[in-house]
Amino acid sequence: MNRRKRGAERFADAPLDGALLDVVAVKTAFETDHGLVRAVDGVSFSLERGKTIGIVGESGCGKSVLSRSIMGLLPSNARRSGSILFEGREIGDAPADVMRDYWGTQMAMVFQDPMTSLNPVMKIGKQITESLRYHLDVSKDYATETAQALLQSVGIPEAKRRLREYPHQLSGGMRQRVMIAIALACGPKLLFADEPTTALDVTVQAQILDLLQAQQRERFMAMVLVTHDLGVVAGRTDDIAVMYAGRIVEKAPTRSLFAQVRHPYTEALLKSIPKLTHPSHTRLEAIAGRPPDLVSPPPGCKFAPRCPYAQDRCLTEEPPLLDGGIPGHEFRCWFPVGTEAGNEALARNLAAGTAAAGQPVRVEQDAVVTEAVS
Amino acid sequence: MRTIVRRLIQLVVVIVVVTFFTSVLTRLLPGDPTTLIAQFATPDEREELRAELGLNRNVVAQYGSWATDFFTGDMGTYYAGTGVRGEDVYDRAKIALPKSLLLIFYAQVVTLLIAVPLGVITAYRAGKRVDRWANTVAFGLVAIPAFVLAALLKLYLGLEWDLLPTIGWIDLTDDPVEHFRHAAMPVIVLAVGQIAVYARLLRSDMVATLQEDFILMAKSKGISNRRILWRHALRPSSLTLLTVAGLNIGTLLSGALVIEIIFDVGGIGSLIYDAINRRQYFALQSLIALVAIAYVVVNFIVDLLYTVLDPRIRSARIA
Amino acid sequence: MLESRDSTEIVPTPAGVSTVTAAPGADEAAHRRRMPIGAWLAIAWLVFVGGAALLAPVLPIDDWKFGTFRDARDGWFTNGHWFGADESGRDVFSRVVWGGRSSLLIAVGSIAIGVLVGGFLGLCAGYFGRRTDSVLSASFNIMLAFPQLVLALTLVAVLSPFQEEDPPTRWERVRVMILAIGIVSIPILARITRANALAWSQREFVMAAKAQGARSMRVMFREVLPNVIPAILSIALLGIGVVIVIEGGLALFGVSVSRPDPTWGNMIAGEISDVQKQPHVWQAPALFIFVTVLALNYLGDFVRSRFDVRESAI
Repeated sequence: MNRRKRGAERFADAPLDGALLDVVAVKTAFETDHGLVRAVDGVSFSLERGKTIGIVGESGCGKSVLSRSIMGLLPSNARRSGSILFEGREIGDAPADVMRDYWGTQMAMVFQDPMTSLNPVMKIGKQITESLRYHLDVSKDYATETAQALLQSVGIPEAKRRLREYPHQLSGGMRQRVMIAIALACGPKLLFADEPTTALDVTVQAQILDLLQAQQRERFMAMVLVTHDLGVVAGRTDDIAVMYAGRIVEKAPTRSLFAQVRHPYTEALLKSIPKLTHPSHTRLEAIAGRPPDLVSPPPGCKFAPRCPYAQDRCLTEEPPLLDGGIPGHEFRCWFPVGTEAGNEALARNLAAGTAAAGQPVRVEQDAVVTEAVS
Repeated sequence: MRTIVRRLIQLVVVIVVVTFFTSVLTRLLPGDPTTLIAQFATPDEREELRAELGLNRNVVAQYGSWATDFFTGDMGTYYAGTGVRGEDVYDRAKIALPKSLLLIFYAQVVTLLIAVPLGVITAYRAGKRVDRWANTVAFGLVAIPAFVLAALLKLYLGLEWDLLPTIGWIDLTDDPVEHFRHAAMPVIVLAVGQIAVYARLLRSDMVATLQEDFILMAKSKGISNRRILWRHALRPSSLTLLTVAGLNIGTLLSGALVIEIIFDVGGIGSLIYDAINRRQYFALQSLIALVAIAYVVVNFIVDLLYTVLDPRIRSARIA
Repeated sequence: MLESRDSTEIVPTPAGVSTVTAAPGADEAAHRRRMPIGAWLAIAWLVFVGGAALLAPVLPIDDWKFGTFRDARDGWFTNGHWFGADESGRDVFSRVVWGGRSSLLIAVGSIAIGVLVGGFLGLCAGYFGRRTDSVLSASFNIMLAFPQLVLALTLVAVLSPFQEEDPPTRWERVRVMILAIGIVSIPILARITRANALAWSQREFVMAAKAQGARSMRVMFREVLPNVIPAILSIALLGIGVVIVIEGGLALFGVSVSRPDPTWGNMIAGEISDVQKQPHVWQAPALFIFVTVLALNYLGDFVRSRFDVRESAI
């Protein structure tokens, strides 16, 4: 009862216009035995109600840490700085017992692996009704009925029977649907989907993504969709932010990003998606090299050692995130793709055979290929 | 169902083997056993005794007759020095066994009541001061042998400060208050030895569980840490603890026997002590067989109970 | 039960001392690759106690067997007796030293039997597997179906029964106890060795040795055994502590060495019916048991954590 009243009071005068979520220069670092690991190194974006932003990047780029940082679900050795505004209120420095009023009711998360993210020894119904009864103070019967309705709305057949079952009795896709139901139970305004389909079969992935999109539209939720797969965000997001080494390297409305790629990393990601229209045995384009050390990152642009466009300037000066002429489309590059400066830089590298950090650059089968600097 | 039957058969086989070995123990006695239990008997009386006890026959036949006697309630008798038969072992064992079992039961309950919260708290505060202190104390406690603790408690709690009675046993039905007062010290001694072990065990499992994804998921639902600890983390972490608790009932039985002597409880331990002192080796044999069977049966029951606990094991068995 | 309990690493040990409690500071120290002060203290104590026990006959301490009645029941630090005297005036400190001689001999002796026989059998079971393993494991499990203390107790009681006219000598009883406790400890040590041997035998380097044509026994001893030794050493140290306590338990049943020959156990057992009368007489050996077991536990744990580091790749 206290919880519900507190929540109602706290959110009574929430503004209805303006961004739901404002992330400003958020940094998250972890204190480890090897040093301070800078997982998120200055990320900013805004999200309005009903909109979806996709956060894309390879493993280790900080995208999962980012979503947990915003929610505040970090381990004790994490150091967070920057500002996070939810409905205009600062939550970046809020302690856990304040955040508990937000978790579940205002913002929720769908986790990557439903097998490990669901309690294996607790019945599915209980895992859903627990949220309902804890936050909304409803009776057991009401909660059970609501849970059943929730399961039906996420597309689980025989919902009533499922309530009494355990997670291991369901298939992977079903489990993820259950996870979504749990997250949506108390009607949050903001949903984080952290690689929601990575652990699932390809055939099931589209279904889950469709489900998320449908629920989002119905509930007018804001959604942050975190993934390593550009294909996942292609038709389902309003904006996309590409992350590399803890920073956003390109941010744009979805259509604009795909139409006019600017950052070499984004270009490489796009190219690495295999296409049905390519002839068979086409070489898969991987991005050579590995992400940088997050404890003591190199100076200059973090992507330079793997970038075919890299020039000397890239190794010493870190480019700022600017919109370089296209409003709403920001990127962090001295020699962006598709610009004069960029094309010249690439030509220079191809002629010389190497890019700034010494990585070999050449053309193979109509594609520019680099290798890792050994 | 099939597995239960199979296990029951295993149980019977083990009981047979175990009792076979106990029944031939007296053969290990140097010389003629009858000289030991009936020192003042005449050679004729001794010969009668030998025939009665089946000592003249081969091992298997001796076991056969011993087993048929034992499992129909005839556990042998005590013998006076002249070879005359005394009281039935069964009569004394009947009174003694419940006391021993009750002692073990109380000890296990007390241990769990203290060890579980301790384990949960030290897991929650792992690495912090509470945890490190608890670890050091636990380490020290484990090194104290039960009989030393018993002596210490007897001296200080019992005699010097006169808080609890030090010897004897009052039945529950006679006087509940005194029953628990008399049982208190032996139970405390038995429990203390286990608390440290159980708490550390639970702690290490819980620390591992608390790192699992579903705990983070529960946290993201906004429920309190206390609820997460007790309703979400405890159950999946308790499997090892319960495994050990089950296994330990057997060793607790051995420990209880020693404690009984110290506090003069009058359980099976006291009977065994008495039998050894009076050189009643045949009574001893029956008592040992009784203890061995109890040990085996208890372990069997505990084994069965595991399947109830973890639904994953239950499904795996059915599947 | 006839089934193996190898899925848990916890070994039921008699008398309540368990391998589970980790020594405080042992793990961090292992990571720092220096020996922590605790380990040095433990070793120092064990050297002291072991040394005193070994050298007892030549040490300049009072006679443990005879005392003057004038000193009877003197408490701690009176009349030149560090630990006081018992009811016959015998010096308790001297009795503790000689008692340690018996107790430690029993402990080390029985664990030695357990390690040598049980270790060998376990090694074979783990290494050869299949039928050898089935047969051996079944026998271990049958032996383990007995409560261990009770089995040891019975064996001692029966193998050297007490007779008024001809009481067993100290050496007879010690021998029997080493044998009995040794036998009882065989299946436990065998099980642990088997588990370790099994794990190591499946590693590639063992297969490589076999592929090079080395004879089975040779492979077992030269490839598998060295890797199993740290675990055995750790358990052996803990086991010695356990047996010291078992000796105490047996003394309480009256089957340890007969009085007046002292052991730590029987010194305590002798006073147990009236703990108030002369507490120093049982408190001294109790203290020695406590510290010795503590030291052994610490070292056993330390050895384990040191060698476990190899397994957990940092």
